Amino acid sequence: MVSGKQDGVLTGAFYLDGDHACAEGAIAAGCNFVAGYPITPSTEIVERLAQRFPQAGGTFIQMEDEIASSIAIQGAVWGGAKAMTVSSGPGISLMMEHIGLAAMAEVPCVIVNVQRGGPSTGLPTLPAQADMMQARWGSHGDYEIIALCPNSPQECFDLVIRAFNLSEQYRLPVLFMMDEVVGHMTEKVVIPPRETLTIVPRRYTQLSPAEYLPFRAGPDLVPDIVKAGDGYRFHVTGLTHDERGYPVMNAGCQDGLVRRLVDKVRKNADKIQQFDADQLEGADVVVISYGITSRVTMRSVQEARARGVKVGHLRLIVVWPFPETLIRKLATQVRGLVVPEINLGQMVLEVERCAGGHCKVVPVPHAGGAVHDPALITEAIVEAAR
Amino acid sequence: MSATEIKIGGLGGQGVILAGMIIGRGASIYDNKYATLTQAFGPEARGSACSAQIIVSGAPVAYPYVHHPHILVVMSQEAYVRFVPELVPDGLLLYESDLVQPRNLPAGVTHYGIPSTRFAEEFKRPMVSNIVMVGFFGAMCSLVTVGALRQSVEASVPPGTETLNLAAFDRGLQFGRDLFSHKPATVAQRPT
Repeated sequence: MVSGKQDGVLTGAFYLDGDHACAEGAIAAGCNFVAGYPITPSTEIVERLAQRFPQAGGTFIQMEDEIASSIAIQGAVWGGAKAMTVSSGPGISLMMEHIGLAAMAEVPCVIVNVQRGGPSTGLPTLPAQADMMQARWGSHGDYEIIALCPNSPQECFDLVIRAFNLSEQYRLPVLFMMDEVVGHMTEKVVIPPRETLTIVPRRYTQLSPAEYLPFRAGPDLVPDIVKAGDGYRFHVTGLTHDERGYPVMNAGCQDGLVRRLVDKVRKNADKIQQFDADQLEGADVVVISYGITSRVTMRSVQEARARGVKVGHLRLIVVWPFPETLIRKLATQVRGLVVPEINLGQMVLEVERCAGGHCKVVPVPHAGGAVHDPALITEAIVEAAR
Repeated sequence: MSATEIKIGGLGGQGVILAGMIIGRGASIYDNKYATLTQAFGPEARGSACSAQIIVSGAPVAYPYVHHPHILVVMSQEAYVRFVPELVPDGLLLYESDLVQPRNLPAGVTHYGIPSTRFAEEFKRPMVSNIVMVGFFGAMCSLVTVGALRQSVEASVPPGTETLNLAAFDRGLQFGRDLFSHKPATVAQRPT
């Protein structure tokens, strides 16, 4: 460890696993409240926060369960805190009702899912990427969320900061979709000085209490926020509500509100999206991957290139909103899109939808418990190029 | 670009993961290379055969797992039996010589033993056996510099135990260097 002190943001180079890096990223983002119910393979995140928060100026509460955790963070946000909860599949399933509430009440918060094999309690200590559709569609009703997929401990640090920033910018729950391998893998993590980090502050209203309406949105479709105790009147509900936050249950109000909740992500998608593109120009085949599978894919792509295949690699960093425009364009330029993922076919459905029959879409599914054998992905690339 | 893959195996509780952490941290933080550590999770890390896997490279590591280590370090017979078939044909084997009998060793493997637990007992702390082994590792291959390993030991062990652990490290290092003066070892760093 190069420098580093035990309070505030640790600055320097550290040898950390992804879980610990995620905890440090949250602290660096200014997170000061975490409620959780520890679960493998995410436990190390809350362990580290429980240890570090007393010095860094935050509070960790071990709650009675995940349902309570996912609502405690929302209460904390209305009290002015920057909040996060941490879990894995079984706990995330329990949180789904409150993720919908956070979407509806526009509560900026981060929900970390260190994915393990499922369904149910599944494979506690082994990886999967099978919660990708749950992240998008798990709560009822129409809404949009943002989801990010890191592929290294460094990215667990860097991207959890972006997750907080996006949650503040767009006032919604951001799902941070790690996996067991990324969470437990240890690598160098460089933590820059706090003053060099970009931190999006909470968008507190500049209006007076007399002028302020809690759910009146500006041109970016996002309303400014207040916190309890500042002298503003506000009302927060999961019911369909008007700009005052009062329940108004008719089709007109529903249309205005729910369209705005969806459009604030859809219409800003190009500002939210983030990906790594490797040799997409002139490629016959492009592999689309995310999370730990992107690192397995790097080896497969190298092997396929050595065999003479012109293959590109598109790594999704922001997975939701899905980069529709880019995939539509790619589909008209390549022979095939190959989609390896540690599930039996989730994001590949989005790729198929966007490809619209313009090219082959080749899934490389894996039921979970391990990463792919790189040779399987290589074979799929070679096959797709034919 | 070359990458060297290492596997360390033993019984849960022998400090196999910490040994891997020290080697990985030494390579990445103090030698400024890339080093990715993965480890056995679950029941095996809590008493039965367990392992740490480290890939050390001059370039970023993509695929994080080790299937055919260039260097195998084993602290138990069970780990030896389980992992030795994975070792590359001209690999390097380091083993706890009181606990491991390297039977049916594949031809071409360079191998050195150290009674690291017995040495640790000289310090009245058998738990530093893993640190003795890390010192031995530092002597027997040049993958991670001795200086980086020493710094990493210091940064990785519980505060207040640094002196003890550095003494254990030096014991393993010296034993290895003495062996070296009798028979030269190959440097275990090969392109993959």
